Amino acid sequence: MSSATPTLRETQKRMAELLMKPWPAGGPKREAARLIRPNDRLTSLERLAIYSRSYWARVLDSLRDDFPGLMTILGSEAFDRMATAYLVECPSQSFTLRDLGSRLPEWLAKHPRYAGQQKRLALDMARLEWAHIEAFDGLAEKTLDPEDLLRLTTSLRAGVQPYVSLLDLHYPVDELRVKLKAAPEDAGAASNAVLEKRARKVARFRGLKPQSMFVAVHRVDMIVYYRRLAREEYRILQGLRSGKPIAKAIGDAFFESSVGADQIPDLLRTWFAAWATFGWLTDKRKKAKRSKSK
Amino acid sequence: MFKPPADYGIGIGLRIPHLHHILEKKPVVSWFEIISENYMVDGGRPLAVLDQILEQYKVVQHGVSMYFGSMDPLNREHLKRLKALVRRTKTPWLTDHLCWGSVDGRYTHDLLPMPYTFEAAKVTARKIRQAQDYLEVPIAVENVSSYAEFHVSQMTEWEFLNEVVERADCGILLDVNNIYVSSRNHDFDPYVYLNAVPAERVAQIHLAGHSKFEKYILDTHDHPVIGPVWKLYAHAIQRCGAVPTLLEWDDRIPSFNEVHREARKAEKYLPAAQPGVLQVLA
Repeated sequence: MSSATPTLRETQKRMAELLMKPWPAGGPKREAARLIRPNDRLTSLERLAIYSRSYWARVLDSLRDDFPGLMTILGSEAFDRMATAYLVECPSQSFTLRDLGSRLPEWLAKHPRYAGQQKRLALDMARLEWAHIEAFDGLAEKTLDPEDLLRLTTSLRAGVQPYVSLLDLHYPVDELRVKLKAAPEDAGAASNAVLEKRARKVARFRGLKPQSMFVAVHRVDMIVYYRRLAREEYRILQGLRSGKPIAKAIGDAFFESSVGADQIPDLLRTWFAAWATFGWLTDKRKKAKRSKSK
Repeated sequence: MFKPPADYGIGIGLRIPHLHHILEKKPVVSWFEIISENYMVDGGRPLAVLDQILEQYKVVQHGVSMYFGSMDPLNREHLKRLKALVRRTKTPWLTDHLCWGSVDGRYTHDLLPMPYTFEAAKVTARKIRQAQDYLEVPIAVENVSSYAEFHVSQMTEWEFLNEVVERADCGILLDVNNIYVSSRNHDFDPYVYLNAVPAERVAQIHLAGHSKFEKYILDTHDHPVIGPVWKLYAHAIQRCGAVPTLLEWDDRIPSFNEVHREARKAEKYLPAAQPGVLQVLA
């Protein structure tokens, strides 16, 4: 092969660079002509454009599917501008499109100009919707046995299921997302009535008032749910997730809390019972034993 | 050389809109093809549903992102997850595309055409061998539809396919619709392509519909199979024998029964003298 002939790596790098960035007006004619043969119907650029359109349709559709709430808040045009900027900076690094939006909440927080007029609302929705994906097919570890729960001691270390996301939010985006899901969005079923209904919902979202809240995004019987948490409940779960023993997690959670000391035992009983029912708690003690024996 | 088991007849691509119907009505289908990547997850509903399907049906895995033709080395995390899925499904063979789609760890999620060079054939074949060795299951590579050709190409697509499969000693998933689409887009005779394929390496055949535009044809998998593609299929069966055949329908997906009916049209092209091949029944 002569030195002027591009290697496989060079060919692939050139083409990928052309596909994964939006084109300037007129398109990259010269670059396309260097890479692609024309035929009697299509120029090099037109042939390359088939792949460019396909790339952007695929990745934008994937983000639209995964972040319908964020798209409703931003509006579809602003959403596409935001998603395009995100994908230029954070192209897929995974073999699966499932992970395409994994960096979107963090990226959006760093690029608030793409978050629309209600930035905190948009950021909350992005976090909730990524948590939804994690809850759908995230890893489930072995739950604490009922016997372990009966013998709970303050020194026990318990973890929280990896598929459960714990969110501190500024807006009730959980309600919003549920309402959105109830609104038909299938383009195939689009009618004036449906579009009007969606527009009314969007208008209502814009008037949404801020509300500090804590939400766990989890799954039960393979269905994703949002469960609101009390502040102290959220703090205990965060503490357990970070590796604190139960006593320390509880102590820290109620530090400077307005909850009366006499209420705490009842609250703990209720919360631990709920977490056990949902299978949220995992056995960190056994894991620690295993890792020690290695 | 790998020969697919004789009891794999006409299969159907397992798609989400059909899951409820399949699990409830339990239609008789020889086998389902799954998109591997949809089930390479840690837990949740996808794996639970797959386990229900596996209780009743044979499954063959079809991948869309191994990218044997990319210069990037094989992704170890991908391989590990894929091997776990292979053990779960017990797929007797595994397929992915003869294409590239990632560069320096960035993924296009597309099936991009190869530059048909000897360098590309060597790289691709080496990666197929590595994957086959690690996964411990026979691999067959699928010819993709394409809309562009590279200046650097040194051979035809079918010559490239032969070069790769001989070097890799692997099977072929022959997509006759893709041959048709590419033949129209690049002005070659699809029968010249078909006649050049080493018949003994064809492990599986794909059928699908496509969309016709003014200046090119797009492989959209959203229509029934057209007559000229059925004729190509008949020719392929004459050359390769009764090979497991799969109908793909990925967009604007109609009811399961409609897809099932379309798949069953393949029956009339398969040799009647080979009992056990046709398992798709009413």
